[in-house]
Amino acid sequence: MPAELIRILIGLVAVALSVGLIGLVMVWVERKVAGHVQRRPGPYEVGPYGLLQPLADALKLVGKQLFMPDNADPILFWLAPVLSFLPVLLLFLPLPLGDGLYTMDINLGLLLILAFSGLAVLSLLLGGWASNNKYGLLGAARAVAQSVAYEIPLLLSVLAVAFVSGSLDLATVVKEQGTWPWNWNIMTQPLAFLIYIVSALGETNRAPFDLPEAESELTAGFHTEYSGMGFGLFFLAEYANMVVVCSVATVLFLGGWHGPVLPGPVWFVLKVSLLMLLLVFFRWTYPRVRFDQLLNINWKWLMPLAVANLMLTAFFVKLAQYAVVK
Amino acid sequence: MTRYADMGQVAGDFYTENFAQTAQEGSLILNLGPQHPSTHGVLRVIVELDGEYVLRADPVLGYLHRMHEKMAEVKTAAQFIPNMGRVDYGHALAWNWAFVGAVEKLAGIEVPERAEYVRTITCELNRIASHLLWWGAYLLDLGAFTPIMYAFDDREKILDILQVPTGSRLTYSYFRIGGVAQDLNEDCFSRIKAFIPWMRSRLPMYKDLVSDNIILRKRIEGVGPIEPELCRRYGATGPVARGSGINFDVRRAEPYSVYPKLDFEIPTSPLMDARGRYDVRMIEIEQSLRIIEQCVEMMPEGDTLVKGAPKPSWKVPKGEAYFAVEGGRGKIGVHVVSDGGKNLYRTKLRAPGFSNLSLFAEVSRGTILADAVAILGSLDLIIPEIDR
Repeated sequence: MPAELIRILIGLVAVALSVGLIGLVMVWVERKVAGHVQRRPGPYEVGPYGLLQPLADALKLVGKQLFMPDNADPILFWLAPVLSFLPVLLLFLPLPLGDGLYTMDINLGLLLILAFSGLAVLSLLLGGWASNNKYGLLGAARAVAQSVAYEIPLLLSVLAVAFVSGSLDLATVVKEQGTWPWNWNIMTQPLAFLIYIVSALGETNRAPFDLPEAESELTAGFHTEYSGMGFGLFFLAEYANMVVVCSVATVLFLGGWHGPVLPGPVWFVLKVSLLMLLLVFFRWTYPRVRFDQLLNINWKWLMPLAVANLMLTAFFVKLAQYAVVK
Repeated sequence: MTRYADMGQVAGDFYTENFAQTAQEGSLILNLGPQHPSTHGVLRVIVELDGEYVLRADPVLGYLHRMHEKMAEVKTAAQFIPNMGRVDYGHALAWNWAFVGAVEKLAGIEVPERAEYVRTITCELNRIASHLLWWGAYLLDLGAFTPIMYAFDDREKILDILQVPTGSRLTYSYFRIGGVAQDLNEDCFSRIKAFIPWMRSRLPMYKDLVSDNIILRKRIEGVGPIEPELCRRYGATGPVARGSGINFDVRRAEPYSVYPKLDFEIPTSPLMDARGRYDVRMIEIEQSLRIIEQCVEMMPEGDTLVKGAPKPSWKVPKGEAYFAVEGGRGKIGVHVVSDGGKNLYRTKLRAPGFSNLSLFAEVSRGTILADAVAILGSLDLIIPEIDR
């Protein structure tokens, strides 16, 4: 199927370009928001409103010497940042930006995203372990424990939505929802949405759950020894992961491309941007939780709640089916 | 690759090797510092970790040792005052005061009353600045990036007020033997009067946004409990001791200057943990505002420097004296001994941070690494003061 192949190729190129662009924009947004939250202007020297600041930063990162500490494992050390960035590109493939506007029509799109996002933790582990640094090691250990733990409630909350929609295809999930906010899944699954957002913070290592790179304890955690583009790729992957997480939240809970008046893709981008802004606000507002607290939140609250939510959902879905059959 | 369990393979300096000798099997020895974000300068703490748990911790000092006590032997008494602005950059005026107070006590110099009030006002303003600096930096330790910007915003106002009479913004050498270098002018008073309500309006916001935040409360409540007995054993003073419920403040315990005439409270906390120390410091900001308010009202007219104040070539009378003041971190004591020459024979500086830091090894044992950082921050360490 050359047509399908061309479509995927075009999609991949578009995704790769847009991930880079999103990275740049998000860096600017984050710094600008952080600046205004902290009563300072943020970047404003380079370009209008400092818009070219991230580009200057990126050029600086690209131009830096690639440095590797003594006794580090050279293959794994350089594999880690690449491994953190590459799977993220795949995550964008099944995301429907509008009606029919997606790279790949996979009826297991949700599964693909969940499976490939699980690879991110491997790269953190490799990066921390291979750099032969004690802070890196501690950061990697934290990253693994955290990601493994938070994947479970994330999965359970996503499953609840899949039960309601009866499909793992993202486009179908969106089509099940309507134009207005009260037709969206967030109205029927508010708890799942909350669990999803909290778990997503844990999965993407964003503050207040940024323990793998907690700089007041571990200097920079797993990426202590990385500089230049090695660090840049980790950084880019973090932002790309944020976009994916927010996009999935939009698709599953906020009606995807649905919305009045404006065209679909605009609504989609708008909703994702709002969620991203929320994550940025979290980071600049809250202190960091402690590691045992982080795991306690997960195992004692999110997990049981997610399981209860899933069972209730399953019960009502079955009840509805039964009623329909009757 | 290096195996972490086997420290014998890792090249370390004397301290690391000595520390590693008694390490448990399978533990990880980690150097926090001398360059580390949460040690606020060049403190180095060697910790032995079992996973995330701190088995042992050992502070290594001396990376910022600047021989202040030795320098006192080669400078005349008046020339030594600039050094006192550099011992503790957080609360420099308290150190100014401790030193000139000790020399005045030794020489029997009476300070004009207006100078005492000026000293109190500037010293309390400096205390607020010191606590704000601690507050911002402590929250940075706990992972909140924003409060330090707000703290520095307020602190900036204090620095703006203080730079007019003192001529500097951080390392003040404002006090003179027998008074202060310059009187506060009218502009200064109006700025101070404007600052008090401003700071009071900010404190409730900090309480709502930061002090009552659930994550912060979970991070500092019950963390690093210090029994009053332990405080006494290590000679801890200041907010660390008061956070453990010990009602000791030099301003009340060994009254000096105009403090006996002023109406203010010494906050203590029965909590004994990081939260207690946090609360004490936040209340102290309010109390310092009260002191400044009263001082501005009670301000008498007159000179701010005694007639015939000592010049750099002044010969210090023979004898010795000890004078203590309450600094932002606790009891600052200066003991001067003079043999009748221009230079002081011996000057002993008692830094509160040194005693407070000594608590760390004992308090941090068995805590999780993030808690150890929270405890280290709650002791409010200024490294140049500890190393002197």
